[in-house]
Amino acid sequence: MVAETTTLQELLGERLIKTVEKHAGTYFCVAPDDLLETLEVLRDKHDYKFFSECVGADYSTWTHERDLSGRFEVVYNLLSLSTGNRVFVKTSVSDGESIPSAIPVFQGAEYPEKEIGDMYGIIFTGNELKPGERFMLPDDWVGFPLRKEYPLGGEDVLFDLGTKGPAVEDKSIPHAGESFEGKTGTEEVSGR
Amino acid sequence: MNHQTFMPSTETIFERIGENTMIVNMGPQHPSTHGVLRVITELDGETIVQCKCVIGYLHTGMEKEAEYQQYLKCVPMTDRMDYLNANGNNLAHALAVEQLLGCEIPKRAQYIRVILAELSRIASHLVWLGTHALDMGAMTPFFYTFQQRELILDIFEMVSGVRMMPSWIVPGGLRGDVPAEFEPRLREFLKSFDNEMDTLESLINENPIWKERTYDVGILSAADALSLGCSGPILRASGVNWDLRKDKPYSSYEDFNFSVPIGRTGDVYDRYLVRMVELRESAKIIEQAIDGLPEGDFCTADRKISPPPKPEIDFSMESLIHHFKLYTEGFRPPVGEAYAAVEGSKGELGFYIVSDGTNRPYRWHERPSSFMNLKSLEILAKGRMIADLIAIIGSIDIVLGEIDR
Repeated sequence: MVAETTTLQELLGERLIKTVEKHAGTYFCVAPDDLLETLEVLRDKHDYKFFSECVGADYSTWTHERDLSGRFEVVYNLLSLSTGNRVFVKTSVSDGESIPSAIPVFQGAEYPEKEIGDMYGIIFTGNELKPGERFMLPDDWVGFPLRKEYPLGGEDVLFDLGTKGPAVEDKSIPHAGESFEGKTGTEEVSGR
Repeated sequence: MNHQTFMPSTETIFERIGENTMIVNMGPQHPSTHGVLRVITELDGETIVQCKCVIGYLHTGMEKEAEYQQYLKCVPMTDRMDYLNANGNNLAHALAVEQLLGCEIPKRAQYIRVILAELSRIASHLVWLGTHALDMGAMTPFFYTFQQRELILDIFEMVSGVRMMPSWIVPGGLRGDVPAEFEPRLREFLKSFDNEMDTLESLINENPIWKERTYDVGILSAADALSLGCSGPILRASGVNWDLRKDKPYSSYEDFNFSVPIGRTGDVYDRYLVRMVELRESAKIIEQAIDGLPEGDFCTADRKISPPPKPEIDFSMESLIHHFKLYTEGFRPPVGEAYAAVEGSKGELGFYIVSDGTNRPYRWHERPSSFMNLKSLEILAKGRMIADLIAIIGSIDIVLGEIDR
């Protein structure tokens, strides 16, 4: 991992925010603008040719120490088939900010990035969902389900006189605590 | 009911379409899509100009659900992702949680895990073979493969009581030891399995119709496979020698001798051959594991992670407390991130788990192998005939439960 760290330090200098060793491998924390450069140099110079996946996470309710400060984190997981090492490139954005899509470096980034966009509302420039288009969810779905403030929802509990329904605090969130039964027909679920 | 509100329109899905082409929608209820995959194709005559997959019809929000569940209660959800390779999913999840906990698993448990995971791989490959052959118009292999799969499911039922979703591999070891009749039943299955494989290969290998449909169809280059994140038999069929069991051994795979099949051209026929060899290799691993099955515990001795033996609860207050605490509160892994991957039947199957020190995962994510493999379909089908699309979908071996989660 030393060689990779040196290369990235030479390439990014101050912009390499942090290098952390964790259970699964080394994490390189970079700003969204440096992401493509980092992925490219790892692919070309250090043989991290296998794009394993990328995964998003919402840290809005996190109380412990963190590597990065933005609300959302996206982790790109790369594997070198020659050494068997795994590196993770981590970047973070706040709500409404965008990350350049990694498709120019790894074609396989299309699906997982779209999924993250669908679940968290993170915008990947160059891999955006069209207006009114969802990837995993039905096209008329409102909101981003994997965000921490989005309620789990669930089915209505019968005979409880409204006291034992699903734990929902904020009624302003679309679909909060709703039972979806019978709502796909004539009733309008969203504003569309 | 207005379909437009929840189904992407077939007309607007492509950025541009040709003048004399036709848009044809396939699925989500098409029998050869192996579930609810929807493929929208643009056809010029019978040639596919471009195609696009529409997924999400089985989306159940398991990753959200898991954030509200204790670690032990996440296990049954892993089975239901790739339901054909349930033990492989259990294993990947268990390894990721154990990575967070930093606990050691007894050798016996590791060997039984290997046996169960390899049995799952065989069962999964057999379903693939049967349905793939059915898509291509060969009815007979289906009966042979499902007969063999039935025997494997019977073994799972004997061990765990459940046929398809055993949930037997849990963080900390196994839910219980295997019964006494496990070994003879397994040996009985292995004895006939090689002959069954011979029968299947004699039915398909040199079949002229099969070869016509699969030779040089859907060729995936090694560079494309890596960049797309394709793994498993697809990657190996493209000539890349990479198998996590061999190159990054987990759960004692380093103890077993087996070979990793590699394809030459990366077409549909190569993917078929690679899986056929893998079936035999898996049987070899199981044989070695059952021969060398060590005595010992089936779960870790740490009572904070694994429950105490039931009889102990009757006379030990300490055990009773441990039992009670484990099933009401669960365990609390230290703060951290973990990623553990296993070689599933469809490719690299990993779990990415973030722990915030509580008894529930902060973020729980599966790296779905067929989700990453599916992207190759759009590239492979380009310029091929529509009949080839069926062959290619079959050869990618997708499970929609895992893609949509």
